[in-house]
Amino acid sequence: MTWAAIAIALIQLVFFVFLAPLVVGVIRQVRARLEGRAGAGVWQPWRDVRKLLRKNPVHAEGSSWILTAGPLTVLVSSLLLCALLPLVGTLSIPLIPNDLFVIVSLMLVGVVALALVGLDAGTAFGGMGSSRHMTVAALVEPTVLLAIYALSIPAGTSTLSVIVGTRLQTPAVILSPVSVLAMVALAIAIMAETGRLPVDNPSTHLELTMMHEAMVLEASGRDLAWLELGSWLKLAALLGLLGNLAAPWGILTDLSIWSVAVGIIAVAAKVLLLGILLGAGEIFLAKVRLFRVPELLAGSFTLALLAVTASYLVA
Amino acid sequence: MTAVTAGMLAQFVLASITAALAFSVPASVRAVVSGIACALTAAAGVVTGALVLAGVEGSLTLALALPVDPLVFEPTRLGGLFMVVISSVGVLVSVFGIGYAHGTAAARTSWMSLAFFLLAMQMVPAAADSVSFLLMWETMALCSTILLLAEHRNRREVSSAAIWYSAMSQLSFLLLLGGFGVLAATVGSTSLAAIGSSVSHSPAGGLAFVLLIVGFGSKAGLVPVHVWLPRAHPEAPSHISAAMSAAMVSVGAYGALMVCMRLLHDGPLWWGLAIMVIGGVSAVYGILQASVNSNLKVLLAHSTTENMGLVFLAIGASVVLRGSGATAAADAAMLAALLLTVSHALFKATLFLGAGAIQHATGEVNLDRLGGLLRRMPWTSAAFGVAAMAAAALPITSGFVAEWVLLQAFIHGSPAGGAPVSVAVSVAMPLGVAIVALTAGLALLTFVKAYGIAFLSRPRSAQTTASEVPVVMRISMVVGAVAVLAVGVLPGPVAATVASTMRLTREPLVYMVGAGGISIPGIGVLLDPGALAVLAALIMVPIVVIVLIVSPNHPRRLSALPWGGGGSRARPRMQYTATSYAEPLVRVFDDVLKPSRDVQVTHLGESQYLVQRVQVEQRVTDLIESRLYRPLLNRAQSFGKLARRAQNGSIHLYLGYSFAALLIILVVVAV
Repeated sequence: MTWAAIAIALIQLVFFVFLAPLVVGVIRQVRARLEGRAGAGVWQPWRDVRKLLRKNPVHAEGSSWILTAGPLTVLVSSLLLCALLPLVGTLSIPLIPNDLFVIVSLMLVGVVALALVGLDAGTAFGGMGSSRHMTVAALVEPTVLLAIYALSIPAGTSTLSVIVGTRLQTPAVILSPVSVLAMVALAIAIMAETGRLPVDNPSTHLELTMMHEAMVLEASGRDLAWLELGSWLKLAALLGLLGNLAAPWGILTDLSIWSVAVGIIAVAAKVLLLGILLGAGEIFLAKVRLFRVPELLAGSFTLALLAVTASYLVA
Repeated sequence: MTAVTAGMLAQFVLASITAALAFSVPASVRAVVSGIACALTAAAGVVTGALVLAGVEGSLTLALALPVDPLVFEPTRLGGLFMVVISSVGVLVSVFGIGYAHGTAAARTSWMSLAFFLLAMQMVPAAADSVSFLLMWETMALCSTILLLAEHRNRREVSSAAIWYSAMSQLSFLLLLGGFGVLAATVGSTSLAAIGSSVSHSPAGGLAFVLLIVGFGSKAGLVPVHVWLPRAHPEAPSHISAAMSAAMVSVGAYGALMVCMRLLHDGPLWWGLAIMVIGGVSAVYGILQASVNSNLKVLLAHSTTENMGLVFLAIGASVVLRGSGATAAADAAMLAALLLTVSHALFKATLFLGAGAIQHATGEVNLDRLGGLLRRMPWTSAAFGVAAMAAAALPITSGFVAEWVLLQAFIHGSPAGGAPVSVAVSVAMPLGVAIVALTAGLALLTFVKAYGIAFLSRPRSAQTTASEVPVVMRISMVVGAVAVLAVGVLPGPVAATVASTMRLTREPLVYMVGAGGISIPGIGVLLDPGALAVLAALIMVPIVVIVLIVSPNHPRRLSALPWGGGGSRARPRMQYTATSYAEPLVRVFDDVLKPSRDVQVTHLGESQYLVQRVQVEQRVTDLIESRLYRPLLNRAQSFGKLARRAQNGSIHLYLGYSFAALLIILVVVAV
């Protein structure tokens, strides 16, 4: 059981390191095609990482070791998400169950590291990005916790593998009103958390509208590679979680060559499908004003709170 | 005479010796001698408390010359836990004080008061009857007021802070006096052990509960009686702020825990709900004020309100859950309350000591004027960073473990755990989760701001002379930070010890798993931060290998220009400050914070479209202070003015008053 769980964690890690840049490539390519551009191809993110690793990192005067350690922390936090979340399989390492609160706090470690990287060099744009990023993160957290809390009530535990396992066994849960409300709330929260439209525009070139991009302005070379890879991994892992919560079929519950193959293909299909939907959806959206974002998040919070109270009333 | 009795006696003796030493030794060695003596007094408290936790019993009876019963000190296990927590903070504070205290803060009076302040805080949890409890409580309040006044000659604000502080602490004392009085009248004894659960459901019990909780809540800094915290903490010398904010508020939490676990346990449901409401409001309000404040010590003071709010939220949840039959979740909530208190004492002491170190090195606590201290003060920045992570409840620190247990207690009070529970529970628990999540999110922003603005980026004012503080100050900060990490990585032993102080319905509540993880089988949850850290380290291995392969060919280069939007040299003044960092949040919570903004635009002479300079001033005031206390104080003042008319200094008038009073007395006696 323990070894099987560790094997699954390892498979998830390796596979998501491969998959995450591809997902981002697919999202960008879908957007490019729908906007009438040729696009750079789905492998471009991979080529970017390779290029960045071969460059000399440049430090601004006045920056500290945070500029080196921060990107590594962001990457490790995202890799831990990939290892612990139920993506390919629902087995979890006995000493480290993929508890909802642990997962969220691991994600927050990455959020904080990124915010500190933004502040490190002491530029106006870095501070601005960092401030906005933390404001959004502070407001997203209640929604994420409440949404998954609502999903956890039918399973009676906050362990995500068990939640996904329960939804696999009793699919009726998935389409219950509680679950739908919570999923919508969670989807909005994940969009905000990963810096996608309508909260943040990942392809903007104007510093004043940046959030994530403003914080990484001072990073370069391998530091930038770690930051980019970290944010892509987080996006892929959270899309995988969303996919497995919405359609848990295909996820493996025991270790065999056959089920691993099915599990990998299933999660890849779900993540890529969600990526295509995300890319297609984003061309219809414009970034909302920063001070309208709290309204969006408040709406999502209301949905999550409704989901929790509804599940108490139904039960 | 048991070891515990000897330990308590030793604390009294050591505190007296410390005071004598502080009084007699010359000023040149006073700080070293008194600091070490204070640390020994506190260390005696740590040892005594640890013995009590290990199961040793003992009592100390001090006869008084007054016609009252003798004072009895007989710590329970809960008292022993708090004695350890408070005196650990005491040791850190005393050692830090050796290097930090200077000027009036290092005078005889200050060191003598510190000795008795520490003694009183350590003995409050040991008190076995209400008279000795109140006596120690009042000693604690008086000594801390003297310590707060240390710098009143240099700064005007100190005396105003001291007035607020004394008023609030005397209010708290009077409420407690009333509460204990009601209890003593009901059971006919001042002994705390005589009060049983039969009192809980009587009207007298309800009255005593309200008086005691408001009294203790005032010491713990809860809304709306929190106003003294943000005034007193920035004005006191930093090691005193640390003692007040880490240890003294814990005494307030001890009081509330004592009421709910020991004196008036198994109370009605509304008690729990009331405590939850006070706690929840304090948590959100405290952290919101902290997140928008730019003075580091005021920020930390408001964050104390938040943390104590969370402790009370947990206590309230425990009462509510126990009342509705979810005993396992109730025990977990109580465990969370205790862990939150322990964790808060450790990280808040370290944070205040860190703020003291910054003040010592730069003479500045306004974040808007700090920056770039990471390179100048590596030890302080490391210790402050770890403690800030705990305050933001990030793994692998003590703060994370405590909030994790609290959240687990909340979600396991739900109907899926078994029989359906009451409506109160099904509304209170989700709201509890939301409050904890919101405070955790805002705490994250607050402490990223505090750490990032003070230690990262470039200096925002001329503090190029700042250098690392002396070794004694570093030692206490680093020890505090290590303790925060130790509890965070190996929470198992700590949680087991903490659980042993509780009145449990099923034993044991906590099992240790792995190297030092905790497992709470009653609600079926498990956490092993050590294993998490190991996993993270393993994941780091391939990345480090890649870096090692790549870096020789691609070394780092230093470029002088950070990105300023194309070629312009970004000046330090162009950086984000603490105020600008929190600006989006101020806008989002505009309706709650009601900031006052003053924008002055000076135009160039030739054209109104060209701006010469813009001056922006933003002030976020404490709404509760301005809307609740101001009107009350104004009313009191107008009464005072009215009364002044009767006191015009004329001897004839006063004779007239005496005559009138005599007449009234005669009439009353005659009738």
